[in-house]
Amino acid sequence: MSLFSAEDIAINFGGIKAVDGVTFSVEKGEVFTIIGPNGAGKTTIFNLMSRIYDPTEGRLVFEGQDITRVPAHRIASLGIARTFQNIELFEHATLLQNLLLARHAHKKSHFWSEILFLPSTRRMEIEHREAVERVIDFLDLQQYRDSLIVNLPYGVRKVTELARALCTNPKLLLLDEPSSGLNVEETEDMAFWIQDIKKLLGITVLMVEHDMTLVSAVSDRVLALNYGRPIALGTPVEVQSHPEVMRAYLGG
Amino acid sequence: MRFVFKTSYDQDIRLFRDKVDMGWYALLAILVVALPFVVSTYYAGEIAWVFIYGLCGVSLMVLVGYTGLVSLGHAAFLGIGAYAHAYFLQQGLPWIPSVVLAILITTACGLIVGLPALRMTGIYLAIATLAFSIIIQEIFNRWESVTHGFAGMPVAPPVILGVSFADEREFYFLCLFFLLVALWLTRNLLRAPTGRAWIAIRDSEIAAQSMGVNLAIYKSMAFAYSAGLMGLAGALFAHKIAYLAPDIFTILLSIQFLLLVIVGGLGSLHGAVFGAIFVALLPPAIAILRDGIPGTLSDWSASTGIGLFQIVGDALGNFLKKPGVEAGIFGLILVLVILLEPLGIYGRWLKVRLFFSTFPMYKADSFRRQKSYMRSERLR
Amino acid sequence: MNGLAVGCIYGLVALGFVLIYKATELVNFAQGDLLTLGAFVCYMAVVWWGLNYWLAFAIAIVVIAAFGALLDVTILRRVIGQPQFAVVMLTIGLGSMFRTFASVTWGSEIYTLPTPFGGVWRLGGITLSHQYLSIIVGTFVLCGALYAFFNFTRIGVAMQATSQNQLAAYYMGIPVKLIFSLIWAISAGVATAAGVLLAPVTLIDINMGLAVALKAFAAAVLGGFGSIPGALVGGIIIGLIELYSGATLPEGFKDTMPYIVLLIMLAVRPQGLFGTPGRKKV
Repeated sequence: MSLFSAEDIAINFGGIKAVDGVTFSVEKGEVFTIIGPNGAGKTTIFNLMSRIYDPTEGRLVFEGQDITRVPAHRIASLGIARTFQNIELFEHATLLQNLLLARHAHKKSHFWSEILFLPSTRRMEIEHREAVERVIDFLDLQQYRDSLIVNLPYGVRKVTELARALCTNPKLLLLDEPSSGLNVEETEDMAFWIQDIKKLLGITVLMVEHDMTLVSAVSDRVLALNYGRPIALGTPVEVQSHPEVMRAYLGG
Repeated sequence: MRFVFKTSYDQDIRLFRDKVDMGWYALLAILVVALPFVVSTYYAGEIAWVFIYGLCGVSLMVLVGYTGLVSLGHAAFLGIGAYAHAYFLQQGLPWIPSVVLAILITTACGLIVGLPALRMTGIYLAIATLAFSIIIQEIFNRWESVTHGFAGMPVAPPVILGVSFADEREFYFLCLFFLLVALWLTRNLLRAPTGRAWIAIRDSEIAAQSMGVNLAIYKSMAFAYSAGLMGLAGALFAHKIAYLAPDIFTILLSIQFLLLVIVGGLGSLHGAVFGAIFVALLPPAIAILRDGIPGTLSDWSASTGIGLFQIVGDALGNFLKKPGVEAGIFGLILVLVILLEPLGIYGRWLKVRLFFSTFPMYKADSFRRQKSYMRSERLR
Repeated sequence: MNGLAVGCIYGLVALGFVLIYKATELVNFAQGDLLTLGAFVCYMAVVWWGLNYWLAFAIAIVVIAAFGALLDVTILRRVIGQPQFAVVMLTIGLGSMFRTFASVTWGSEIYTLPTPFGGVWRLGGITLSHQYLSIIVGTFVLCGALYAFFNFTRIGVAMQATSQNQLAAYYMGIPVKLIFSLIWAISAGVATAAGVLLAPVTLIDINMGLAVALKAFAAAVLGGFGSIPGALVGGIIIGLIELYSGATLPEGFKDTMPYIVLLIMLAVRPQGLFGTPGRKKV
């Protein structure tokens, strides 16, 4: 049984079918990439999976459970985490607070123990902090711990998005254009991190990406979309040499 | 130049950063406790206002500063708490149950406002709270069996467990106690997951949801907690003002509270206290200036022989005597703070502290903000 | 008829809100106080300087419109980019300052504005006072002109573009700063017109604008904050609600009914009658 599968998923936005009959499945432990020209519906699929939108047709199944109508705030506790294309960090909080927030789905304290800050809450806070520090070490963010996000450069913010998603302790990680806005060096770092996430942390990665070198370097399988419909599915080499895909990107 | 060396996670979680910080706060505590014995009872009374406003400030800071939900009608909650407490006292309830009931009722009202508010954003929420406040004020007018309507309602000084707090000094300590409790409880929430969830809602609702924050629950909690604090403030307010009337709890009072949190510094508990000091002590300050300036300036005029001082002094005196000037001065200060120091008094305090703690290595551009272009908030 | 006339005033003030909101996404809480200033300037021109009513009306509009533009250039320009809440508080502070200015300059009593609309008009069995008629006619003329301006001129379309993405508008060569100032001028002018039209009905005092502004808010929300015809319709509805609740419901409902309706509208259809719901794209 695959970790996640989308079955014939479709969504309409006022007459425009942003996603139309997309079916794919992601196996545990693989890096699965979705590519396609702008407007192909890639981020929309992520938004469907994060339950920001409701699909008009189709099903989403995660670990055998139907999550098509699950409320948005329950996705994190199921084990799905995502990053956002346009960086949705908490601008006026420190990096540490951003990461600690990601532990919210694993929160075990409740209001009354928090308001009196009982020793149990204190203990749990330290546990959260330790979990977050492991991610900080993994991504080398130590020096930015106490900086406000507004003061951080773009490259660091991208990495922080990734860090925050990792802090939720996910089984499936959705990365929305992880290399956009990064230079060559930073993209190489990102490639190494994605490989580490797959091999060392055992997290399954579902990625939307434009940078073909990154796609070829880390992906196990690729799905190509155009105008909301799937046009090719296979290994990176197979998909990149597929005639339909080349037509979609180069036109004619 | 001081460097705080961190050796354990506990240091980030603790209330006070290190021994030096604790020392400063201890000094402040001694000052505040000694104050009513040093100054006259009139000033002790004025500073008790600071504590009550401080409670209101903490309440509004949680809702506006930390959760990002703007309320233009918080005076309504103050009124609900005040009238509820006064009513229960009149019915013969002892002080503590009366206050607890008042807080519960106000919290319930907070929830009632909070629930529909879940569907509203930004300006719509602000206007809804405004409408709520106007309706509540009318209810205060009309529900004469409870509030005595226009005639007003006298409130006796508090008697808690047989001990009378009628004296200004005793009331000062009562208010101080509750302010400290409120600050402690709020600080606890803010360093725990609940507080972080609130900040997340303020900065990005969508990201908060994808991290597992249930928006409905936390927004309601923010409203309820904020209203509850206002209920407590209302009970103390009722005693302090000694005579309740519906035209106290107007929109202008709500705006004064917002002024408090902005001038103090949005997004910090220090800001609530600074703002309270400012808002509570400005009217007496204006009164002192109004009475003192013409006299002082005319003395200068006489001693130096420059007639200009006399003219300026008289003009200023006349200006300050006109009705409605206080509101205008508040307005002017609000405008100046937003234009020149958006981080408020606390923000300025942080800059000053940074200057002294990194002296002589202070960089002049440490707090320079980037120029920002407006993107549509309508699509939030 | 009174309800309709008063509703037109609410509509005009709501129009001012919506104009500024559509262009700059700011809610100008000082709109009511601009109304007050406009009424006072007209009063000053007629009573202190002895000018003709229409001339005074025109002078008031020009002066306050210029003042509105000045506000934008000196103060509002500096806060673009700050969160909406900060700007709202800024306008609240400004409004407070305007009220105090009015109190200091003209006095804190109640003043009467002499107008040429003294008579009445009998039509069939209905008596229409010229005062109220002037309000209704004036409102419709103004609204018609503005609607045409926004939908059929380049500047109007440019204003809409600027409101959605300021940076992109700059890149397209739109003189963004000039447009903002123009919007403020128009909005202030509309507020002045409302003030002068209202003056004979409620008499002039420093708080006249504040009371109207609160109801106008309800009107703007009712109609939908991004919609110009919505503002006018909302205003008229609020005026009629006030009239009927004053006549039929117990004491006290007259003032609160508009807000109860407002809350119901916000709960049921937050975008108002004519607005469109927005959604953030991530």
